[in-house]
Amino acid sequence: MKSIQEHLQFHSEALALRSQRNEILASNIANAATPNFKAKDLKFDEMMQAKLGLGEIQTTDERHFTVASGPLDEGIGFRQNITPSKDGNTVELHVEQMQFSENVMRYQTSLEFLNRKIAGLRSAIKGE
Amino acid sequence: MKMSDIKNIFDIAGRGMSAQMLRLNTVASNLANARSVASSEAEAYRAIKPVFSTLYADDLEKSGVASVDVVDIVSVDRQPDKIYQPGHPKADEDGYIYMAAVDAEEEMVEMLEASRQYENNVEVVSTLRGLMMRTISMGK
Repeated sequence: MKSIQEHLQFHSEALALRSQRNEILASNIANAATPNFKAKDLKFDEMMQAKLGLGEIQTTDERHFTVASGPLDEGIGFRQNITPSKDGNTVELHVEQMQFSENVMRYQTSLEFLNRKIAGLRSAIKGE
Repeated sequence: MKMSDIKNIFDIAGRGMSAQMLRLNTVASNLANARSVASSEAEAYRAIKPVFSTLYADDLEKSGVASVDVVDIVSVDRQPDKIYQPGHPKADEDGYIYMAAVDAEEEMVEMLEASRQYENNVEVVSTLRGLMMRTISMGK
């Protein structure tokens, strides 16, 4: 059971992060006309590394306490914008739309990887 | 509107859409009254504008998830045009009428922007709904 979990772990973590990022980008797009709104984004690489336990304290015995990797909220930062606007809003619609479409595409890629892995497991179980 | 009401993409984009829709409604009111006439400066129609404010999903504003709320609708501080038309039924004793303080061009630009942003929100929802449907059927 654990090996199946490990087999699927990478892309399921990626999928969860992509989904979280989609919500943040959607928030930016929804706030495109709100004065003083500061656009945010998720640092995908950093959070992915934290989720996969890279750079985290490793345990060598099952009785050891595991140290939770840094709080997830720390992986979110403000977007550096190219052309500031006078009302203090830092949302640039074209930037957000590009990031959003890229993120959706990568979400679909992770989903496809997961599907293929599940299909592979199924055929191994059935022995076909 | 409470911050705990924002849970998912449908809340984010839904709020965003209702804010833009309200903005479109104010534009419609302004354009409808653009040529209205009053007999005193105080009575003259002044363009109304919604005031948007960010509605964060969490107290600490850390999750990056936020939607929009319309906190107020204000009349713009603009002087109505004073026109000398003694024959007009609404003219005051000096023969002046007061035109609504609405800039039609400005309203048209506002309308285009609001409808574009409304469309953006719709697009986000339909894209993410497609992703969700595909995720539900994962492994089939």
